[in-house]
Amino acid sequence: MSILVNNNTKLLVQGITGRDGQFHAGKMKEYGTRVVAGTTPGKGGEKIHGIPVFDSVEEAVRKTGANTSVIFVPAPFAADAILEASFAGIDLVVAISEGVPVQDIIRVTPVLKQNGTRLIGPNCPGLITPGESLIGILPGTIFKKGNIGLMSRSGTLTYEVVNMLTKNDLGQSTVVGIGGDPVAGLYYLELLEMYENDPETEAIVLIGEIGGDAEEQAAEYISRHVTKPVVSFIAGQTAPPGKRMGHAGAIISSGSGTAEEKIKAFGKANVPVAKEPSEIPRLLKEKLANAVI
Amino acid sequence: MKIHEYQAREIFKRYGLAVPNHVLCHTVDEVEQAMKNIDHLVVIKAQVLVGGRGKAGGVKLAKTKEAAVQAAQQILGMDIKGYKVEKVIVADAVDIEHEYYVGLINDRNTKSVTLMVSAEGGVEIEEIAKTNPEKIHKISINPQIGLLDFQARNIGMKLFGNVKLARQAARIFQKLYQIYMETDSTLAEINPLVLTPSKELLAIDGKMNFDDNALYRHPEILALREVDEDEQKEIDAREKGLSYIRLNGNIGCMVNGAGLAMATMDMIKLYGGSPANFLDIGGSSNPRKVVDAMNILLSDKNVQAVMINIFGGITRGDDVARGLIEALNTIKTNIPIVVRLSGTNAEEGLAMLKETGLTTVSTMSEAAQKAIELSGSKN
Repeated sequence: MSILVNNNTKLLVQGITGRDGQFHAGKMKEYGTRVVAGTTPGKGGEKIHGIPVFDSVEEAVRKTGANTSVIFVPAPFAADAILEASFAGIDLVVAISEGVPVQDIIRVTPVLKQNGTRLIGPNCPGLITPGESLIGILPGTIFKKGNIGLMSRSGTLTYEVVNMLTKNDLGQSTVVGIGGDPVAGLYYLELLEMYENDPETEAIVLIGEIGGDAEEQAAEYISRHVTKPVVSFIAGQTAPPGKRMGHAGAIISSGSGTAEEKIKAFGKANVPVAKEPSEIPRLLKEKLANAVI
Repeated sequence: MKIHEYQAREIFKRYGLAVPNHVLCHTVDEVEQAMKNIDHLVVIKAQVLVGGRGKAGGVKLAKTKEAAVQAAQQILGMDIKGYKVEKVIVADAVDIEHEYYVGLINDRNTKSVTLMVSAEGGVEIEEIAKTNPEKIHKISINPQIGLLDFQARNIGMKLFGNVKLARQAARIFQKLYQIYMETDSTLAEINPLVLTPSKELLAIDGKMNFDDNALYRHPEILALREVDEDEQKEIDAREKGLSYIRLNGNIGCMVNGAGLAMATMDMIKLYGGSPANFLDIGGSSNPRKVVDAMNILLSDKNVQAVMINIFGGITRGDDVARGLIEALNTIKTNIPIVVRLSGTNAEEGLAMLKETGLTTVSTMSEAAQKAIELSGSKN
């Protein structure tokens, strides 16, 4: 087990002939992900790294049985690509594209719900179940199969933490980059529920940052519904208010969305918050040791 | 992206919302000119891209030309929360029976556009949310069908308890929603929406913010952008693929990735230092980007040490090191630079960097401590 992706994931790469799509399709295949198809309108019939390219998602799904897609198309076309995947019957869509207008995601959200499609991202690095399936732009070499579930709004900060987990012999069940945009697909609450129900996940790491109140809601949810140990880290304690810190969603507006409030909420929920990323392995080990007793 | 009140008023008018007339003035003379054709009560309002103008003395009523000129003299040039007032509007004042709040936002939690209204207008919505949250009425709008007549009317009834006014208000809510969607707003407020004694509803103040990621499809909105010096630097950086925000400290940071960049700033603070900036160079080892980033960092005269924090992922550490060496060869500076490299092929990268005389470390904590030490500023 694991969550969202595994050996049965058959991946389609939307925008496979673009620079990033092409490069990462190769990396994912190299990692062992079952990359069964790619799409780029007008490039049907070509092959990229031996992966067949189709003109439409509908055709790719019909001919290859792809059930998950990853999107590398430029931001202005991302919403259309997400919907194309959804209407073609794809179960899970992972949107890597950065800079997608918020209202595009607001418009696709109810349609995805009607079609029963799950979305991760946009503006995210993707997700991985180590040893089984890597989807997106994550560097495969730093991950190790294991029992820690990790979710994060940030890419490189995730790598930083995963690298330390792996070095401390704390492998991962599934790591999900949920993305840095204010409105995005699957978020903490849905993922916490999945990790809680996943027998392979023994403890959870939640990496948050300033902006919005999703971490506060997660803290509340954890105290009510999560029995597994959770450890967190919040980035942006020194961020000035009113400024967008790289991610569209990382902004303190009118005094809300501060790191301080989030840290306080986790404190209340008995979730330790690491002062710096390197503390996370120790905090996890302590939590896990206590959980066994 | 933010715009001024007068710009929001003009957008509102274009869409047919009832807004009192105003004249934009940059000088006291212009105010005097504007008053030549006016013989009624006006309000002189500072135009700055920050809230709290009223409390700061940036909004004044005037009955006569002399009073208007005097008010303009006081307001023009005034500093409001660090923003210098360079223009004012002379707007028709209206009789107020009651003030209401109307606002639209992108709600992260419901993943929808949400309409918020309150009978406690004229104050900031965050204040109402803190003191009287029950006095805010909200509705999430389904983008497939928009804000329906009955929804708009029902929320209007909550404010007015009178169907005639509720219908009038409903048209305003729907119009504001149309503006919001057609311009890719992230915030659209009418605060206050005023009920006059003759039972008219007028928008007497407007605030709009727009999605930076959607500006590519709204050249008419982009044309309204006004930026100060710091923001210009941020925009220039963005054009080079960098995300930069200046702070007040003395340790410059250069990091790949936004989350890691925030964590780096936090770590500098944690060890007693003070970060000079947020700088995310994105996921590339392109030497050009490193050079651009260093030039931006070093243009800040407060910077006394630089901490470069790179996690090599898909981009390998040795490639990153090559990029850094190439970039740093073209930059002449005496400012100490600490480089931390981790992740894929980090050891090879660090070995290459050692030969350059740069201070190299392998963890973030070490890098932060070293940078603080070299800046000689531990406080």
